[in-house]
Amino acid sequence: MNAVAVEAPASIDYINADYGVRSWLLTKDHKRIAVLYLASVTLFFALGGLFAVILRLELLTPRGDLMQSDFYNRMFTMHGVAMVFFFMIPGIPAVLGNFLVPLMIGAKDLAFPRLNLLSWYLYVAGGLFTLWAMIRGGVDTGWTFYTPYSSSYSNSHVILTGLGIFIAGFSSILTGLNFIVTIHRLRAPGMTWFRLPLFIWAHYATSLVMILGTPVVAVTILLVAAERAFGLGIFDPARGGDPVLFQHLFWFYSHPAVYIMVLPAMGVVSELISAFARKPVYGYKFVAFSSLAIAVLGFLVWGHHMFVSGQSAYASVIFSVLSMFVAVPSAVKVFNWTATLFRGSVSYDTPMLYALGFIGLFTIGGLTGVMLATLGIDLHVHDTYFVVAHFHYVMVGGTIMGYLGGLHYWWPKIAGSMYPKFWSRLAALIIFVGFNLTFFPQFILGYLGMPRRYHAYPEEFQVLHVLSTAGASILGIGYLIQVVYFTLTMRYGKRVGNNPWGAVGLEWQTTSPPPTYNFETTPVVDWDAYEYKEKEAAHV
Amino acid sequence: MSSGHVMPIGKYVAVFLALLAGTAITVYVAFLDLGSLNNVVALGIAGIKATIVILFFMHAKYSTRLTKLVIVSGFFWLLILISFTLADFTSRGWLGFPGK
Amino acid sequence: MSSTADMPSATGAASTAAHHPLLAHHFDTLDQQRESSSLAMWVFLVTEIMFFGGLFLAYVVYRSMYPQVFRAGSHELDVLLGGANTAILICSSLTMALAVRGAQLGQRRSLTVFIVLTMLLGLAFLGIKAVEYAAKFQHGLVPGANFHFAGPDADHVQLFFSIYFAMTGLHATHMIIGIGIILWLLPACARGRYGPDYYHPIECFGLYWHFVDIVWIFLFPLLYLVGRH
Repeated sequence: MNAVAVEAPASIDYINADYGVRSWLLTKDHKRIAVLYLASVTLFFALGGLFAVILRLELLTPRGDLMQSDFYNRMFTMHGVAMVFFFMIPGIPAVLGNFLVPLMIGAKDLAFPRLNLLSWYLYVAGGLFTLWAMIRGGVDTGWTFYTPYSSSYSNSHVILTGLGIFIAGFSSILTGLNFIVTIHRLRAPGMTWFRLPLFIWAHYATSLVMILGTPVVAVTILLVAAERAFGLGIFDPARGGDPVLFQHLFWFYSHPAVYIMVLPAMGVVSELISAFARKPVYGYKFVAFSSLAIAVLGFLVWGHHMFVSGQSAYASVIFSVLSMFVAVPSAVKVFNWTATLFRGSVSYDTPMLYALGFIGLFTIGGLTGVMLATLGIDLHVHDTYFVVAHFHYVMVGGTIMGYLGGLHYWWPKIAGSMYPKFWSRLAALIIFVGFNLTFFPQFILGYLGMPRRYHAYPEEFQVLHVLSTAGASILGIGYLIQVVYFTLTMRYGKRVGNNPWGAVGLEWQTTSPPPTYNFETTPVVDWDAYEYKEKEAAHV
Repeated sequence: MSSGHVMPIGKYVAVFLALLAGTAITVYVAFLDLGSLNNVVALGIAGIKATIVILFFMHAKYSTRLTKLVIVSGFFWLLILISFTLADFTSRGWLGFPGK
Repeated sequence: MSSTADMPSATGAASTAAHHPLLAHHFDTLDQQRESSSLAMWVFLVTEIMFFGGLFLAYVVYRSMYPQVFRAGSHELDVLLGGANTAILICSSLTMALAVRGAQLGQRRSLTVFIVLTMLLGLAFLGIKAVEYAAKFQHGLVPGANFHFAGPDADHVQLFFSIYFAMTGLHATHMIIGIGIILWLLPACARGRYGPDYYHPIECFGLYWHFVDIVWIFLFPLLYLVGRH
């Protein structure tokens, strides 16, 4: 160590390379942009969570006593909008993807760093518009904006919210575009497609969905806004418009959107399972291609949201059958992860707890999805809490577990410090218990006939609702614990070396946190993605 | 340093003239009664025009295989959107009872 | 198998190699940079295909539901003006292609002249569009409270015009953005910034302009030439 009066940092990394708000807000470094996204998506998650709290409080009692139905409509709409468009869709790709994609492929940055920064600013702008709409009274159409209510009759801020979502959609498109070009053109020498980590395959597939789907919902929102603002009559039944056309356009994106939400989480799980079983992922090529299969097949099933909308029976049958098919590649992944664990050297660090949680909860959510794809069942449970439970199992039990697992796995790389083991495991357990207590009763509620988007209900449903609300508060405690220890870790956490988990991957071969340009010299790759037997990297 | 493929001006002019001719034919044919063929001709010519713009003006003919795959995928995805949605609209009422 | 500790540098072309001033730090060669830009532009155009695609879907669905209404509505449009606009855009595609060629060959004047011509043709297109829109306003064919159509199914004819305005309006917006980009690129073109080494902004913009032309190539017969016999 030098003995000068001013102590220089032990190493220059992307965090201390430059100081000041401007250096962060005008950065072109993908790692800093990832951190900017981390801050903003966390804020929107908290906002969405706040709306959820309000909903669950109202649902404690059968009568609509906390609020009027109109207010309740606005609450569940804004819960959905904040969570779907401003947390789930950007979530893993914008935070973990932005940070890790260049590192994992051995590149110095994404292909278009300034577009990346623009993408964050678009996200913020969209978020601000939506926030403004919320403050001014919000929207009451449901996050699905069905016409003709949203286009003709609603007296809420549809255009403003729509504008916010529209802008955020461009953020998504730019991220996807950046990933696709980066993965095609900026891989390090020797990094062939089949040496790529499965996280990259997952993000590539996700990017395809972002590119092909998002523009459709964008133009659809524009049409609804034009109908409200200029009197265009595209969805107006009085002028011959068909509201079901809106649903086709909307779900063409919004179904693949759920794969935007879950594919990156699956990519994370592949990394976690491999690292904490210290084994290559079983059936690498199958898992890689299954990501592509999900992305493609995911575009062929949107009509399963419309079985009771007046869609023709023949179309419904086609969509139902195709929806069964889309379950297959997801199942392939679950089988391969399980096979990876077999005879692996399994350790139960916090990230692994989340990965295992994902596998179990996503399986439940996915299987109930197959149930919903079955026409006969869907007729009975459409628009009930069964659907609500299904998608929360895959989105929270699935994606959010994946997100938290990834955050806990790569946190040392991102922040250079390690969080406390006991509290992180406790939080994981609390979240798991809280989650199941919140959402499992909702399967039963839905099956018994409790409709979604209702704030008043028959007395006999109260016990299940109370259980659900209790679960939600436990879930909230779990999240709060995480906020506390992550914040403290940023300041007081124990510093870590390059590879605290002893994992294989290019990101672990550079410092924690990495330098601005990621690698001292461009790596040349001549090993496979998960060579755990040959590359027993020491815990550093 | 390769500068990509530079096309001779003659080829550009040829494409240009073909586009104008296609437009003239489209308008002319529109005023004839060919029954359902009218649509086929109109869209067919438009498709050919779009193809030569893509191949020559946009240099797709001289681009990588990846670029060609991207272009084809884009149009294919639009086809998915239109065909599956039409599958709904055209098969309504086939079962003969209300709402289906 | 190399160990984890040492990572040999890629091609020996380390950071101190001769760096073209327009080569971004995260790319290795100008070619890689140009190919990345080109790929990115094409991927973006795919999003544009899907963006306009939603409107084409609405068109297809409603035309199949109300064929007579689309006939009637289409007859209200002026084939001469539409045809002229089609020809204008085709000319602008030629000038744009020639502009890109000028950039590829480092011919500063050629590039500048042709890109200005492209812009002027674009403005001519918008001028004619403005004339058409004004006529629609005058004849009460704009959907909304002031719509009136003397003929059967007046309500449904509003649907045709909703689609007409949505599609041509979105197209015109793209033209305006295109013209704005030309204005932005013009100073650099005139100063000779683009040449064989670095012309991909022009190439990428050319792709955008041709795409907007292709959209019109489809819009013209679909909107103006329905049931004209």
